[in-house]
Amino acid sequence: MTRRAPWAATGRSLVLVVLWVPCALLTVAALVGLALVVVGAGLPVVAAVLPGVERMARVHRRRAEAALGRAVPLVALRPPDASGPGRLGQVEEDARRMTEEALGRPLGAGEARALTGAEPFRRGWQRLQDVDAWRLLGWLAFAATGGALLSACVVLLAPAAVGALVLAVVLPLAAGLPWGWAAVLAVAGLLGGWAWWRHGDALGRLRAAADAALLAPGRQARLEQRVQDLAASRSQTVDHAAAELRRIERDLHDGAQARLVSLGLTLGMVAELVESDPAAARELLDEARSTTGAALRDLRELVQGIHPPVLADRGLSGAVEALALDLAVPVAVGDRLPGRPPAPIESAVYFAVAESLANVVKHASAARVWVRLDAGASSLRVDVGDDGVGGADPARGSGLRGVGARLSAFDGTMVVDSPPGGPTLITLEVPCAWSSPKTSPS
Amino acid sequence: MVLAEDLALLRDGLVRLLTAHGCDVVAAVEDAPALEAALTDPTIDVAVVDVRLPPGFTDEGLRAAIAARARRPGLPVMVLSQYVEHLYARELLASGEGAIGYLLKERVADPAEFVDAVRRVAAGGTVLDPEVVAAIMARRRASPLSRLTARERETLGLMAEGRSNAAVAAALVVSEKAVAKHISSIFTKLDLPVGADDHRRVRAVLAWLREDG
Repeated sequence: MTRRAPWAATGRSLVLVVLWVPCALLTVAALVGLALVVVGAGLPVVAAVLPGVERMARVHRRRAEAALGRAVPLVALRPPDASGPGRLGQVEEDARRMTEEALGRPLGAGEARALTGAEPFRRGWQRLQDVDAWRLLGWLAFAATGGALLSACVVLLAPAAVGALVLAVVLPLAAGLPWGWAAVLAVAGLLGGWAWWRHGDALGRLRAAADAALLAPGRQARLEQRVQDLAASRSQTVDHAAAELRRIERDLHDGAQARLVSLGLTLGMVAELVESDPAAARELLDEARSTTGAALRDLRELVQGIHPPVLADRGLSGAVEALALDLAVPVAVGDRLPGRPPAPIESAVYFAVAESLANVVKHASAARVWVRLDAGASSLRVDVGDDGVGGADPARGSGLRGVGARLSAFDGTMVVDSPPGGPTLITLEVPCAWSSPKTSPS
Repeated sequence: MVLAEDLALLRDGLVRLLTAHGCDVVAAVEDAPALEAALTDPTIDVAVVDVRLPPGFTDEGLRAAIAARARRPGLPVMVLSQYVEHLYARELLASGEGAIGYLLKERVADPAEFVDAVRRVAAGGTVLDPEVVAAIMARRRASPLSRLTARERETLGLMAEGRSNAAVAAALVVSEKAVAKHISSIFTKLDLPVGADDHRRVRAVLAWLREDG
């Protein structure tokens, strides 16, 4: 804690105290709106107040982040009409359609607006059904009352302490206050000053923490966010799988398949020539043999890209060791896995490590590389480190970005720590249930 | 000799090929348990083994071969696979002195060359697939290898595959004397002890190539 901490906290709290004015106004407006909901007139008020509350919440969130030194998640209002036209919206639509049919022409903008006068009512109604709107209103109630008091405490502690000390000197002289009371005042002032100096920052942070807690997205919002993330990663996975299949199809078609076609052709020609020109037939046979070799090479490369045999044989650590063997840089492989992870995870992590190692060879000009396979309580963790030049950035290269995409399908993460000048550390982590000790797939 | 290969088509083809070249195949088996049983026969001169065998279809063949060599040191084994894996080559080489072969299955497309490789292994030689050698050579970074001429590097590769001077000479279409000269130059540049016979020389070369450089 720096010596400036109480000053900074006081400054921040002063801003919050000033912000109390709009918060209080909004609170009054919200209360009026909610009271009038019963007669319907409150709905547009609620609809108008909430965006303001949201803006206010954003401002407070920034203050809280500054005070706590960490990111604070913020609850967000659902965008209007996210859930499709509500019942009232349907009524308007029907009214518009019927009017247009009766008039036999489309409505002008002004006429349409007259019809959609119910819009603010509908929006207000929607807001009332939004759990997050209620969370925001709850926070607003706190900001306008207890929160503001807390901040006011921080701001007023110092002046009050100074005031008490001054009065402890001035009052006995000017107003004849007994010195005993003056001593009490002085002690109170000193105590206040000490409290502000020692705990002003803590009080400021308490306010920030309360804001952060009240502004945090609720369970529903978190679930919605999670569903959004899952949908995104799923579509990425589906795209990735489709692209992989297309790639395999193309590779087969242009590689092994084409070579086998030409092989058949060559053998057909051999059959024609074998009687008349044995020498030419022999030449063609040599050609056929080399074509076979080429087709096999294509297939080998293809299979290596789908599921490396050594991964099937030896599991992750064996396969990573085999990868390490084929690199021109010495790689130390450490393995602390209790067994084999599920096959899909094993494969994804293998390719992620392969890509990371390929990156090292391409860009890092490292002298030493290490790979550590480690099991967390319910995750598989891989560190790939090198003593190279650093400066690796997933946003720039497609390779590392691809790794991240591959892992996200498994809720996995990739963290790249690569300052310019190195060393680079890539940490891959994938949730993974460790069940049994080593089992071979049989 | 013993032959283990799970694909009937290829197994029959190999038996035919080896028999035609004067080998006596005493057992042609299709899975790991049968191979383990066949390898206990003390009279076999060489085993030709596919890495991937039933029932597990992983690396049973390789494991059986290494286990058999542990029981009978120096038992000549030629391992065949659709893929050559540097890691497996290392394990085979670690399983004792010589008499080890590790080739891609497709090398059987050149029957004479293939049978010759099997014979070299049976005679105690070391035969590694060019793909493995290439991987091992690629691994050595800008080491003394860069001091070799292109011709010397080719010679080194062929030596690592376990070929004799005569075979290297034939492959490079030069005289044996030229090969001997290349080899002594390589050994000087790589600071290797000059070995007497082909086999020990191959081991020296491989040992040198395998060091982390």
